[in-house]
Amino acid sequence: MKIEFSSPLSNVENIIDSLKNKEGSLLPILHAIQKEVGYIAPQAIERIAIKLKQTPAEIHGVISFYHQFRTSPPAKYKIQICRAEACQSRGSRQLEVHAKSFLNIDYHQMTSDKKFSLDSVYCLGNCATGPNIRINDDLYGRISNEKFEQVLSNVDRELK
Amino acid sequence: MTMKIFIPRESTAVSLGAHDVAQAFTHYASHHDIDLKIIRNGSRGLFWLEPMIEIETAQGRMAYGPVASSDVESIMADITDNICHEKPPCHTLALGLTEEIGYLKKQTRLTFARAGIIDPVSLDDYLALDGFKGLQKSLALSTQEIVTAVVESGLRGRGGAAFPTGIKWQTVRDAVAEQKYIVCNADEGDSGTFADKLVMECDPFMLIEGIIIAGLAVGANQGYIYLRSEYPIADEILQQAIKIANEAGYLGDNICGSGKSFNLEVRLGAEAYICGEETALLESLEGKRGMVRFKPPLPALEGLFGKPTIVNNVLSLAAIPFIMSQGSQAYQQYGTNRSRGTLPFQLAGNVKQGGLIELPFGSSLQDLIDDFSGGTASDRPIKAIQVGGPLGAYLPLNKLDIPLDYEAFSQASAVLGHGGIVVFDDSVDMLEQARFSMEFCVVESCGKCTPCRIGSTRGVEVIDRIKNNERRAENMTLLNDLCDTMIDGSLCAMGSMTPIPVRSAYNDFPQDFYLPTQESNHD
Ligand SMILES: Cc1cc2nc3c(=O)[nH]c(=O)nc-3n(C[C@H](O)[C@H](O)[C@H](O)COP(=O)(O)O)c2cc1C
Ligand code: SF4
Ligand code: FES
Repeated sequence: MKIEFSSPLSNVENIIDSLKNKEGSLLPILHAIQKEVGYIAPQAIERIAIKLKQTPAEIHGVISFYHQFRTSPPAKYKIQICRAEACQSRGSRQLEVHAKSFLNIDYHQMTSDKKFSLDSVYCLGNCATGPNIRINDDLYGRISNEKFEQVLSNVDRELK
Repeated sequence: MTMKIFIPRESTAVSLGAHDVAQAFTHYASHHDIDLKIIRNGSRGLFWLEPMIEIETAQGRMAYGPVASSDVESIMADITDNICHEKPPCHTLALGLTEEIGYLKKQTRLTFARAGIIDPVSLDDYLALDGFKGLQKSLALSTQEIVTAVVESGLRGRGGAAFPTGIKWQTVRDAVAEQKYIVCNADEGDSGTFADKLVMECDPFMLIEGIIIAGLAVGANQGYIYLRSEYPIADEILQQAIKIANEAGYLGDNICGSGKSFNLEVRLGAEAYICGEETALLESLEGKRGMVRFKPPLPALEGLFGKPTIVNNVLSLAAIPFIMSQGSQAYQQYGTNRSRGTLPFQLAGNVKQGGLIELPFGSSLQDLIDDFSGGTASDRPIKAIQVGGPLGAYLPLNKLDIPLDYEAFSQASAVLGHGGIVVFDDSVDMLEQARFSMEFCVVESCGKCTPCRIGSTRGVEVIDRIKNNERRAENMTLLNDLCDTMIDGSLCAMGSMTPIPVRSAYNDFPQDFYLPTQESNHD
């Protein structure tokens, strides 16, 4: 973690200023803010709208189109299970069931301690070694039910 | 003497522990005072063997795989006891000389000639193996000569639609405009495909070179690689490679002293399958929702920001350096009928030996499976093979003799697409697969056309009713009609091709839809 001396909103301002002159700058701005803050808050949307001379509704429309962008704080660890065909052929449907019951949440939910969230994703490009999951930016291949628990407990240990 | 070990930094290898293995080797070497150099290469694409490491020897590179950190000590013993004394390795994970591995030897690697061999961000490695030769030659040609060479190579777009690349380039070249763009489609959303990712992670300079040549050919000075955000390692490697290419004068204001300029930037998608469709991609690059545009105008005439734009898949652009350095004929001589050159097939799903298989067009799917798959991972019989991504047909066993050629596939109501091959064993329920195709369309539709947006939701419901034995015969008719409506009323292939896997499921696997199993013909 970087140590921040300035407020998150001033970071957002800096991000927007540094990117807004690019051609088609909105997606790079949204990515950069989400990377820095974890999500794109309503205040950030307003700032983007002003600086790009668009309406907040327009910015919101773009955010809501893409599965990746979010407008509320994420869990510490965002788990995504690939549910596309190649992973299905290796048992991802069973893995989905197991993951939901192990974490005691459904897709698009997070655990009550906000440590883990569960989402689906359609193909991670690791189709020869499925089933696959991703935790934040890290990819894990050949995930059996046991390996799922093991990977999570490793991640959980790092949390403490 | 320094010992050289290659350990991939490519994402499949990493997903199976390659970083840990690299760390274990470093640790071992420092504790045993061994002069060890670890090179983080790309992958050879033999994924069942990843993490596969290679050691440089006088005879060539020797491979071991799949390696876990716990194997490092015994592998180092094998290397020092045997390989260093020119004896054959005898470790259980030893695979012998990499180049002699059958899976690699049986391939024709033109695009993947360097993959796994070089350090992906070493310019010296790239230059030593013909790197930037195609660019040097192109710099001496006129724009028309470059375009003609691409036309004559017979190269067709590898992103799915198989449109002749040279003709697209000709249109953009002939368009009169101050500003033109090259857009590389690296959204690779199809399940079962990973060849684009491998190009970017194993040989990024080749893609960069292809993009620069495209720029020279049509007079564009700005390029974008639209990369799916699911590929962070590809992003990192591309960023490094672009920086190096800039510093070395291959990109920037004065390419190789020619006075021509070209700038290249990576832009990330944000998890939306439809942004792989070229016009949705352009909308996304412009900072908008990824809504599909009406055509015409063609992107070649009015593309990014309304300017003439080449949109090409990674593999199309990655084939260009070979074509320009070795000549159109060298590429064109491979393949069959109107499918020229090679296609990097991607064998995935329920197989023992999944990986990248670059072959000339023309052999049969059956041969590919027999020669490479090693059987199913589950040891159960194969039931279905989906070729060409989520919008491709599920083929039953009696259709595997189709030659791997664009026209032969479309004649069989199937799709070769981006070359993804996903194998399913006999535990698969084809009704569930058909349902999934509809569900995928619900989730990923851009929402512009009703048959795609609402039809797919209806499709899921109708399939559920068939499953629950509610008026099965009527609902089968309804499903078939719905497929017709989606085909006729959809603007792009998302809506119009979703019926392909759905129909193949009930036509070729009627028993899973509770239909009589004799030859049925719904088409
Ligand atoms: C729903 C949909 C998704 C697509 N996804 C991709 C993709 O991920 N990558 C790609 O290169 N082409 C994709 N395409 C094809 C592109 O629209 C376009 O044909 C291609 O980028 C052109 O490049 P090429 O001529 O080099 O194949 C998709 C098309 C559709 C309809
Ligand atoms: S077919 Fe579907 S994805 Fe394609 S334009 Fe229509 S609604 Fe959008
Ligand atoms: S289908 Fe799961 S990674 Fe490709």
